[in-house]
Amino acid sequence: MADLTTNFLGISSPNPYWLASAPPTDKEYNVRRAFEAGWGGVVWKTLGAEGPPVVNVNGPRYGAIYGADRRLLGLNNIELITDRPLEVNLEEMARVKSDYPDRALIASIMVPCEEEAWKAILPRVMETGADGIELNFGCPHGMSERGMGSAVGQVPEYIEMVTRWCKKYYDRPVIVKLTPNITDIRKPAAAAKNGGADAVSLINTINSITSVNLDTFSPEPSIDGKGSHGGYCGPAVKPIALSMVSEIARDPATHGMPISGIGGVTTWRDAAEFISLGCGNVQVCTAAMTYGFKIIDELTAGLSEWMDEKGYSSVDEVIGRAVPNVTDWQYLNLNYIAKAKIDQDQCIKCGRCYAACEDTSHQAIAMSEDRVFEVIDEECVACNLCVDVCPVEGCISMEPMAAGEIDPRTGREVQPEYANWTTHPNNPMAKAAE
Amino acid sequence: MAQGQMAPGIVAGRLSSDELTSNFSDLHPPLQPHEAAVAADRCYFCYDAPCVTACPTDIDIPLFIRQIQAAQPQSAARTIFDQNILGGMCARVCPTETLCEEACVREAAEGKPVEIGRLQRYATDTLMAADEHPFERAAPTGKTIAVVGAGPAGLACAHRLAMLGHDVVIHESKSKAGGLNEYGIAAYKSTNDFAQAEVDWLLKIGGITIETGSALGNGVSMEGLLDAYDAVFLSIGLAGVNALRAQGAEKDGVRHAVDFISDVRQADDLANLPVGRNVVVIGGGMTAVDAAVKSKLLGAEHVTIAYRRGRDAMGASRYEQDLAASHGVRIMTNVQPVAVHGNGAAVEIELEYTSSEGGSLIGTGETVRIPADQILKAIGQNLDGAPKGLQLEGNKIAVTGAGRTSLAGVWAGGDCAAGGEDLTVTAVAEGRDAAMDIHASLSA
Repeated sequence: MADLTTNFLGISSPNPYWLASAPPTDKEYNVRRAFEAGWGGVVWKTLGAEGPPVVNVNGPRYGAIYGADRRLLGLNNIELITDRPLEVNLEEMARVKSDYPDRALIASIMVPCEEEAWKAILPRVMETGADGIELNFGCPHGMSERGMGSAVGQVPEYIEMVTRWCKKYYDRPVIVKLTPNITDIRKPAAAAKNGGADAVSLINTINSITSVNLDTFSPEPSIDGKGSHGGYCGPAVKPIALSMVSEIARDPATHGMPISGIGGVTTWRDAAEFISLGCGNVQVCTAAMTYGFKIIDELTAGLSEWMDEKGYSSVDEVIGRAVPNVTDWQYLNLNYIAKAKIDQDQCIKCGRCYAACEDTSHQAIAMSEDRVFEVIDEECVACNLCVDVCPVEGCISMEPMAAGEIDPRTGREVQPEYANWTTHPNNPMAKAAE
Repeated sequence: MAQGQMAPGIVAGRLSSDELTSNFSDLHPPLQPHEAAVAADRCYFCYDAPCVTACPTDIDIPLFIRQIQAAQPQSAARTIFDQNILGGMCARVCPTETLCEEACVREAAEGKPVEIGRLQRYATDTLMAADEHPFERAAPTGKTIAVVGAGPAGLACAHRLAMLGHDVVIHESKSKAGGLNEYGIAAYKSTNDFAQAEVDWLLKIGGITIETGSALGNGVSMEGLLDAYDAVFLSIGLAGVNALRAQGAEKDGVRHAVDFISDVRQADDLANLPVGRNVVVIGGGMTAVDAAVKSKLLGAEHVTIAYRRGRDAMGASRYEQDLAASHGVRIMTNVQPVAVHGNGAAVEIELEYTSSEGGSLIGTGETVRIPADQILKAIGQNLDGAPKGLQLEGNKIAVTGAGRTSLAGVWAGGDCAAGGEDLTVTAVAEGRDAAMDIHASLSA
């Protein structure tokens, strides 16, 4: 069995699955249950400054997007940071950490963008024995209107400034949690690094309205007839998170900086993908909120199984394996030519590939009277839409052409060597460079 | 008091009222909204979908299922009714396993088609429950068309004609409209008097008058109809039943399956309906299966379907055969009746084994006797009392195009007309298409 023990920023945990700072980690009771279930670590629900805690809405805090069988695909959340007193949270954290010394316990913090505020809270957190802190610069709702959360995360200068304060007043690892509600994720990541952050974690939730009630014309979730954008999370956001993680992992300015991956991790496979794109661990929330803590059994067993199959003995061996393969469009090999191929034995003759190609793509699939669907190589640009809409997995595949063959679409010979846009004769800039 | 399955002869009350109610409840309970959403999600929205091709009424099945997915079952129902005004009944009685669902690509892929029939019922029930009629009539044309027979073909034809602005008078020989929807068809497929509810709902279009107790040769003549109306549509069904050629076939206890089925459909209280202890049904079609299953549901101890050819040749689909088997009906194949034994009333039936040689069926001479106090003949119906002057084709009314008969101004459709399978859905298609053709010729 592969060893899932991870050592993220020197913080050891028995597996790379941490519960993200969110409702599941709001109090001792839940966190103990999580540790008993087998979670590797938790990022405690975000702490605010001393004094009267925030007040949450008492109507619906979540909205959802469903598949046909009410499979939850996306969740939207307008809950704020912890609404329990700081002292209570700190006491609970200390107790839990001392009872579970082998698990990671991270304190998430969100206080006003003033040095004094951070200077006040950090020693208190230190006393709990927490393994590190995560700066919540991500929450897009509510707190951002008070100049915190994503309001900080959207201004790289603030990120750098606050991170620096934290490094000044706190001597354990500092993780900066980033908001995806920004044009270029590399900028806040670089700012965190410049401020001295030990790691970044991403993504926090995405501004969203799950739906509009067409009777009342209120956005959902609706609080007394009104709605506000909340934070979108769950399986639907994973592709966005993967892309942002990869950008940070491959940007020279941040390459090598530890990343804690967040965003729609639902099964072991999602975790393996995040890790391969450079994450040292992953944080999970919506999957646990949907199915309960017991999913950790599948998450750990699945990752371990896959690592055994592939011959990886530790998570470290997987980290970043996919990063070198993430590139810019301009470096994709334009000499790589594929054609769609339909396996007639597997085809069930639904015709979706035909409709998609004929109506919306390249008219590269022919349909016979008796519903046999065949690719017209002369027209096929290998766009993959037929593969994507085919209901039978593996029925349509993209077969690369061998060098030396003639592409029936262009009449040109397939070239063996790699050649990209920067060298392509159609690129005026490439010509200019000659 | 229930007399029990062991009571000899043909008696009523073999089962308790509760058992009968349970036995004759819906074969397929209606889908609940969430079930419908999940079932609808399985549809791939195929291009030029094979299910549509397989539907005699060409319902745009992928479209109506997509409308269910989009939470608008009433719109889905309109899509269905556009093509098939009896879509509610067809959703219940169509042999979908040999039509749309057989053609469904998921049947090919995984042996589990999209549940098109049940989804259709979900849609049509939703709209009909709202008690609204989704169509309006066009401006009056001043034309009046006579429809003879208020079965599925006649009703579909009348509705389409009424929609197009014509007035329609339906002459129906029985006391209720509906034809086989009312008097035939398995009771467990059309519960809660659905057939009459559907007729009432259909008539809300307006412009349709039904004269019951009125039939050709009974107050109505072809000449009279042609004089009084602008066109005539014949949907008189197959009123005759084929005779059983077996010694003793006239004994008590031997009757036509269609009459038995009609009695079940019309019974006020199933507990009062007599059924044999040992029932033998002769035939291999849907009527045979319906009669056999009904006998079993009424409490007959032993029910046997005796069919003269092999199982593959049976008119009843494999699904129907399995339905019979699952109700405890024994299916004997390659046997033909040669004699009914008993002193006045049937006690046993003697069956001779058959084999098929050179395409023709011959008796092997070996016979077997099985107890039979009730024998139901389901060996086919025939056209009885076709109006004179109409060309026939294989004992049915010959038609060309959309139901045109050899007589000018006379169209025909449904079971009485040649061509097409004898199914409700086929009758609806023929009635609808004839209406369009009548409209075109009256508008010319």
